Amino acid sequence: GASQPGGGAAAERRGRGTRTVGGEAGVGLNHLHDCAMKLLTHNLLECHIKGVTNKYPFLVEAQQVEQTEVDFNPDFLRRMYPKLDWKAFKDTAEGLKLEGLPDSVTEEMLKSDEAFLRAFHHILLEVDVEEGALICPETGRRFPIVKGIPNLLLNEDEC
Amino acid sequence: MKLKDLQSLLEDCKPFEDPKVELEQYTTRPHIASHILHAIDNSYEGFVGTTVVDLGCGCGALGVGAAILGAHVLGIDIDEDALAIAQENREEMNPWEDEALSIDFVRANVLELSPGMRDRLKADVVITNPPFGTRAKGVDMEFLRVASGIATSAVYSLHKTSTRSYIQRHALKTLGFKKAQVVAELRYDLPKTYKFHKKACTDIAVDFWRFEVLSKQ
Repeated sequence: GASQPGGGAAAERRGRGTRTVGGEAGVGLNHLHDCAMKLLTHNLLECHIKGVTNKYPFLVEAQQVEQTEVDFNPDFLRRMYPKLDWKAFKDTAEGLKLEGLPDSVTEEMLKSDEAFLRAFHHILLEVDVEEGALICPETGRRFPIVKGIPNLLLNEDEC
Repeated sequence: MKLKDLQSLLEDCKPFEDPKVELEQYTTRPHIASHILHAIDNSYEGFVGTTVVDLGCGCGALGVGAAILGAHVLGIDIDEDALAIAQENREEMNPWEDEALSIDFVRANVLELSPGMRDRLKADVVITNPPFGTRAKGVDMEFLRVASGIATSAVYSLHKTSTRSYIQRHALKTLGFKKAQVVAELRYDLPKTYKFHKKACTDIAVDFWRFEVLSKQ
């Protein structure tokens, strides 16, 4: 990929095929450059190949993951929570080695558990998948993610 | 944010380099985009903390503008060249130093988005500056139909004024919107984008529409 700020050694480790995961403080902080797919976006996408019934959620193959910084807004999280599929969100986060999300969420947690809200905010909005693929859970079809943009265009026989 | 500041940021929007005729690619002009976004933000749904889909985002003028005003945006477009420019605009137009604009992009054919996909996207607001249907007849209405399946609050769209009465009926009767109103009538000054345009500038009357979604209880 293109050269990125963040130091020579870190940049070398972050080549194609190297997996940079959340939790490595300082590594992958590249928020002002590459565009990426947030886990919020992933939660709202499903496979639309004609005839597929098990279409959600996409499995995420992540070859390059970055961290960014987005304004913390707990009201947004409270409004967003009912629109998300929490299980898909949590499972996908764990697949990317992002720990800290509970199995289920209560009204109380959304209202006043700051630690939970911070973790929810971070994983929903601040983790960016830059390179990899979305994989249809039924057919295994790979929809590549290149420079943070998933390509969901269907082939002729898929629509 | 003041209208003039927003317009100033939108003037940094990089346009299409090589617009594709068959996709009717035109960059939304900065003064039009800024007026549209400012009107939505002040008179209707405020953007802060909302989710927005920019359907047929092209170079991203509207979507990035909505993100500047505080929305979480998903820009959808079929063309990878346009999306590459949109990504640059995400950086170029960002007024803040230490924070990225909250906009993701997806490459997809808007007309291929399945009902399940549309329903799952559930954005508060859909904004679209669709192709006007000069190349593919009826495509602007198709965009509106897809938009109606995605939005949970409102759809903002641009259509030729000549289609106004048709849209008024169609939006309410067929697409199931609760309300349909022309917010403003604009004049699109399309520069001589394609070789076959004879005049230096083509001026067409365009309606800026707001469609309110019937809430699904």
